[in-house]
Amino acid sequence: MPRVIDADVVRHVARLSRLALTDDEVETMRAELSGILDHVDQIQSLDLAGVAPTTHVIHLENVLRTDEPRPSLSPEEALREAPRVAAGGFSVGRMG
Amino acid sequence: MSAPTDLTATQQIAAVRAGEMTSAELVDAHLARCEDDRWNSYLALNADAARARAREIDAMADKPPLAGVPIAVKDALVTRDLVTTSGSRMLEGFRPLYTATCVARLEEAGAIVVGKTNMDEFAMGSSTENSAYGPTLNPWDTGRVPGGSSGGSASAVAARQAPWSLGSDTGGSIRQPAALCGIVGMKPTYGAVSRYGLIAFASSLDQVGPFARTVADAALLLSYIEGRDPMDSTCVGLREPVCVPTATDLSGVRIGVVEELMGEGTDDGVRAAVREALDRAEHLGATLVPVELPNSRHGLSTYYILAPAECSANLARFDGIRYGHSSADTDNLTEHYERTRAEGFGAEVKRRIMLGTFALASGYYDAYYGQAQRVRTRIAEDFDRAFESVDLIASPTSPSVAFPLASRTDDPMHMYLSDTCTIPISLAGLPSVSIPCGLDAGMPVGLQLSGPAFSENRLFDAAHALEAAIGFDTAPPALEAAA
Amino acid sequence: MSARAYEAVIGIEIHAQLLTNTKMFCGCALSFGDEPNVHTCPVCLAHPGALPVTNAEAVRLAIIAGHALGCEIPERSTFHRKNYFYPDLPKAYQISQFDEPICGPGRFRYLTEGGEKELGITRAHLEEDAAKLIHVGGDGRRAGAEQSIVDFNRGGTPLLEIVTEPELSDAADAAAFLRQLRLTLVQLGITDGNMEQGSMRADANISIRPAGSTGLGTKTELKNMNSFTFIERGIQAEIARQTAILEAGGTITQETLHYDPVTGEIHSLRSKEEAHDYRYFPEPDLVSVAPDRAWVEELRASLPESPVDRRRRWVADSGLSFEDAEVLAETRELGDYFERVAAVAPAKSAANWVRGELRAQLRERGQEPWESNVTPAALGEIIAMAEAREVSMPNAKAVLAELIANGGDPRAIVEAKGLGAISDEGELEALVDRLIADNPAQVQQLRDGKDKVIGFFVGQAMKATQGRADPGRVGELLRERVRE
Ligand SMILES: [Zn+2]
Repeated sequence: MPRVIDADVVRHVARLSRLALTDDEVETMRAELSGILDHVDQIQSLDLAGVAPTTHVIHLENVLRTDEPRPSLSPEEALREAPRVAAGGFSVGRMG
Repeated sequence: MSAPTDLTATQQIAAVRAGEMTSAELVDAHLARCEDDRWNSYLALNADAARARAREIDAMADKPPLAGVPIAVKDALVTRDLVTTSGSRMLEGFRPLYTATCVARLEEAGAIVVGKTNMDEFAMGSSTENSAYGPTLNPWDTGRVPGGSSGGSASAVAARQAPWSLGSDTGGSIRQPAALCGIVGMKPTYGAVSRYGLIAFASSLDQVGPFARTVADAALLLSYIEGRDPMDSTCVGLREPVCVPTATDLSGVRIGVVEELMGEGTDDGVRAAVREALDRAEHLGATLVPVELPNSRHGLSTYYILAPAECSANLARFDGIRYGHSSADTDNLTEHYERTRAEGFGAEVKRRIMLGTFALASGYYDAYYGQAQRVRTRIAEDFDRAFESVDLIASPTSPSVAFPLASRTDDPMHMYLSDTCTIPISLAGLPSVSIPCGLDAGMPVGLQLSGPAFSENRLFDAAHALEAAIGFDTAPPALEAAA
Repeated sequence: MSARAYEAVIGIEIHAQLLTNTKMFCGCALSFGDEPNVHTCPVCLAHPGALPVTNAEAVRLAIIAGHALGCEIPERSTFHRKNYFYPDLPKAYQISQFDEPICGPGRFRYLTEGGEKELGITRAHLEEDAAKLIHVGGDGRRAGAEQSIVDFNRGGTPLLEIVTEPELSDAADAAAFLRQLRLTLVQLGITDGNMEQGSMRADANISIRPAGSTGLGTKTELKNMNSFTFIERGIQAEIARQTAILEAGGTITQETLHYDPVTGEIHSLRSKEEAHDYRYFPEPDLVSVAPDRAWVEELRASLPESPVDRRRRWVADSGLSFEDAEVLAETRELGDYFERVAAVAPAKSAANWVRGELRAQLRERGQEPWESNVTPAALGEIIAMAEAREVSMPNAKAVLAELIANGGDPRAIVEAKGLGAISDEGELEALVDRLIADNPAQVQQLRDGKDKVIGFFVGQAMKATQGRADPGRVGELLRERVRE
């Protein structure tokens, strides 16, 4: 699988991750990610056709909750740690 | 009688129960050491509440099982109203609305949280140098790292600032710092301890576990935190109650030795100390069997795809809207997100978020995330096969002893290699304990013992028998000198 | 090319909020219209360390819905994380389902005046709803608002997303399908189906192609229409828009659109952000759902008759009109009531009475038939008496009014009030003779062939008998006598 980590890929991934990067940081990130991917790319060559992917290491299913209400937070508590509060809600500021 | 802070947790409980000591005395003695925090073990102290609770417990005729003994808690575990940052600028001053299940269980049993310990930001790191609040220093040599990410919890126990503590382990974050600080650290089987209230790094790997200065204390601590939790769908608890270990020999125990981890890449001094410990195991009646884990060499690659992928989603909630750092006065939403997160997260966290986002992105998923999940299957199968012929698997915990501060911070890949011995076991979800087994140039070496899923009791028994045979002195000489 | 040269290809996505007590992954109660942020907890606020736990009732309702949609219920179903940043999504990922939904492929049959039709269901999956964003200042829209505020009460409400195959070609069919789908889900107690409040929402994927061809054109997505009428009009408008573009030699852009029901115009919901890459991956905090097969079968077996099946049966077996059946199937209670009346009276008359007179009289009281004093047996009795001409129609209605007001037995009311039809032929003949004698002018008109004047005599007869005369028989007697 050909893989090129160039500045555009870094910028695209940074946008998907919602991380502002300066041009210098883009370059540092490009170099570091390339270094890490050089190492992790070793698994690309393994033939694992037919091997089931592991999401959970322990086999468990049907862990469900009964539909009974539990007490909610008071709005004061819910909003306590919010950086900005307005009209009983969490303010996002200008969304633009 | 020795200083209260030199006593193990078990001894402290006994002393309170026997009326020889009060919880208040214990809490005060430990808080005194916490307040003089030369190692930067703690990010926050819970002094007033801890003292108040100690008085409460001292007034009880019928004392709770843990009798008001202090404990330190990794800052990755939320504690109601007690500032919890996960070592990040992002959560500076954050006061959680609830307490993690495992901490709540300990408090209910009469343990007293004296403070929250330093850690690599969001548990990403192997040296605690990624903390936004400065690195933790190793009590054996303050020029060296304590390991990570639970470095503060390890150093606090090594430096007698707490008899025991809670850490979290994703790829080695309990075992590696335990090894580097010369104490016992244990990662339970995935699913044994509730993750509710553990600030998630990589959900399919994260487990909370104990640090202590003895195997028996570690077992006792685990017995209080394990168990099903209706708030965590992946938590099943252990299949049998944890027994405090009493074994004195290893007769009939087959120990698999991972030769791949005993060769190149492992420091000579580490190898020598681990060999010596294995010899002692043989003297105690164990049979040593070489085992192969052929896919484990892909562990690091697999881990550095899966863990960042999960973390990229787990850390997406830090958006400066409901809590945490928020960038002031942005003009639009995208700018708000990008600046808030750029300001709140440190370099390593950003690196892993980027790596994980990349591994999940359209066009890369199958080659990276999908492939890594398949290698994970293979790695787990290797262990299953190995455990058909051995009871436990032994290896060094870390390929080297504690390294000097700032010696690996410029090279992420070199730092990641600190976890080669611990990562495969994490990927397989297995229980694993690190016990100190000797010194290399004056710094502690850890022996890692791992077992099949849910074999905690067997693991503790073997570790306990070996611990006695090794007779390691967990008191750092530097500590005596400084005192 | 004329408009007929194109045909539309339409697929629908429906989001229905499930009627559970609590949210999808936490114990907060569901709500509508409460003060902001009174139904939140660390889980639905995505506080650090909080974990989701699946609501068992949401799983049960989804499986029942799957059965009603004719879907397969797979052995195993898993949750995925769908990653994107938006303030109404606190974790910045939505827990949804991806390649292993709770309900697999199915087919849903629905009725149109042109006959019965069927639409393929691709899948139905469980997910959590987003929170509510309130834009303050400006005109209440995102752009130009001074600030936006999040209310997390709705965040985490269980949703069932139903996706159809792109098999519809007609806006009216789309609306008919949606109406009947909604009714089916509402009658099963799966959702309250309130489109105005947003507890059920529909999006349409629309493309057009040259009639008779099999390829697919570029599709657009028409978002969040909140009434069936708007859906129908919106789809029509979008088909017309696409047709006009193609006829002018243009090309369709793949985009998300909004239909403005006031102006009838279609607007692009352009977003400044780049195209989404949702980075779906399996949710490590949740384990798979593998419903017990016997239980799944039990749920299927205990499914009541669907409103569509009911309507089909009423039309085929009871001879009801398409419209009667549609109206009577509107609620399960009304349908049940009608069936109980029809058990003791002819079905068509029962349908007329229930739909017509009964509902008209009850409307003033704001009552539904099944809540009223009028038992189905009593209404059946009234119908039987009217059909046997034991009471006249006006008096039958009067008996009904009395029943509504005070309850009682219809026959007893007829007795007590003397409302029974005059069954003595001699008495009626005498009455007619008297009317002829008293109204010579009108008699002359009748002789002149002005049949309308019969109405006058019938009116006089009813007046004289307090409605007890049989109007039909009065007319017959009048004609006999005048023509003699
Ligand atoms: Zn909630």
